[in-house]
Amino acid sequence: MKILVPVKRVIDYNVKPRVKADGSGVDLSNVKMSMNPFDEIAVEEAVRLKEKGKAEEIVVVSIGPAKAQDTLRTALAMGVDRAILVQVDDAVEVEPLAVAKILKAIADVESPGLVLLGKQSISDDSNQTGQMLAALMDRPQGTFANSVDVEGGAVIVKREVDGGLETVELTLPAIVTTDLRLNEPRYASLPNIMKAKAKPLEIRSPADYDIDISPRIATLKVVEPPVRSAGVRVADVDELVAKLTSLGIA
Amino acid sequence: MKTLVWVEHDNASVKDATLSAVTAAASMGDVDLLVAGKGVRAVAEQAANIEPARKVLLADDAAYEHALPENLAPLVVGLMQGYDAFVVPATTTGKNVAPRVAALLDVMQLSEIISVEGRKTFTRTIYAGNAVATVESHDAKLVVTVRGTAFDKAAANGGSAAIEDVSGPGDAGTSRFVSAEIARSERPELTSAKIIVSGGRALKDAATFDEVITPLAEKLGAGVGASRAAVDAGYVPNDFQVGQTGKIVAPEVYFAIGISGAIQHLAGMKDSKTIIAINKDEDAPIFQVADIGLVADLFKAVPELTGKIR
Repeated sequence: MKILVPVKRVIDYNVKPRVKADGSGVDLSNVKMSMNPFDEIAVEEAVRLKEKGKAEEIVVVSIGPAKAQDTLRTALAMGVDRAILVQVDDAVEVEPLAVAKILKAIADVESPGLVLLGKQSISDDSNQTGQMLAALMDRPQGTFANSVDVEGGAVIVKREVDGGLETVELTLPAIVTTDLRLNEPRYASLPNIMKAKAKPLEIRSPADYDIDISPRIATLKVVEPPVRSAGVRVADVDELVAKLTSLGIA
Repeated sequence: MKTLVWVEHDNASVKDATLSAVTAAASMGDVDLLVAGKGVRAVAEQAANIEPARKVLLADDAAYEHALPENLAPLVVGLMQGYDAFVVPATTTGKNVAPRVAALLDVMQLSEIISVEGRKTFTRTIYAGNAVATVESHDAKLVVTVRGTAFDKAAANGGSAAIEDVSGPGDAGTSRFVSAEIARSERPELTSAKIIVSGGRALKDAATFDEVITPLAEKLGAGVGASRAAVDAGYVPNDFQVGQTGKIVAPEVYFAIGISGAIQHLAGMKDSKTIIAINKDEDAPIFQVADIGLVADLFKAVPELTGKIR
């Protein structure tokens, strides 16, 4: 079985995003960028499935700027076999629907048994791409995965849902989106980082797949959220109780 | 504009998240409701009482019992011929189904809106709530998920919508529900609790978390939440997590106990009316958003607090 892992290059998890003064978006210049954390979990899960003998080949795909090659090299260093970059201009944001269409076109060529990807990116927080890809491929989806087991022609996915956990069985090929507790991604070792430089990385464009990536949603403006000002410090529990009482809480 | 609102339910009763989605939909146009499930006529009858609803579409079929998106999406796509917008609460079930519908309709979904600004204009948060974007859809039809805490709940009673039976293609045959481990808690549900007591990594382990947090929550009649760190460390199950990728809450009062206040956690609770933080690190970022802060050892302060409030 082949596993396809789509990944996105996003602002690093630890960086506090700043809104541009002109209200046109979030300032990404001179900001540390990394692989979307949920996608990193997807890469790790794919590598583990290969190590368990459940998969023969892992292909990682990113749709993004030329610099997304760094993100793909990270995945290659973690154990992925080859990479595809569908390159767009630096300023272009490709929406989840268009991403799903490109991934569908790639899946038509690659015929993966499993597509593993993050449940959402920490940039636009959309939480759409996996579900959309599943719809376009007309295949089942296991979103928000807490555990993934491939058995025969099916994948058993335990999902993190509002009330707890839910388990579904999906006929392969299937699409699985990862939640936080699926695994803890490994750090690539230096020898593997060196080896990754020699692994194949193919560069394509959306036009190669005949996909229109023009946006369907216009961002009219982006602003800072209302700032919460810090309140008061109380010295001890008695003073806290007095405050709570005055607020009618206790 | 004609909107169709997805009714979130457990095959027994309508979930509160539905009512916030109805409020959002009502500000966009006429509201019809879709109840899909197995043996859910009683749910449809309950939904028919929701104030602004004109009509309840009832799809009663074993294929819809567990809200499998492979089965539901084709049903919704068929029904959407008669509607301009599909409006869905941003619950885990809603987030699972809505994008599948959107892709089949060739529509770019608007995720977790927090306000309706115009016919096709909305606001939503991005980057873990560090920015608020005003967005306008250019699609012919809309697919929208609604953040529950951002909208008032529609009246659950007072309406008298007609119930109309509908059907879809049924079981797609590619997915199967196996089991659910749904926690039964005495405590109020997080997304509707008036008071929430949340604990962080500082609580040490599952037993300590329970010893320190639960008595305070019990005394206040509060829901119990947790930071990602506490969930990852196994102190509490995943459904306790408050934050960017967990639950978004906005109670009257939020107690953050032993929670440092990572931006991902703040994203899930900073719209709470009053935030109270107890942490021994006086530089913890949580104090920058807290209305009342107490720098103290939580293992002493929280039991003392529990003892001293009425």
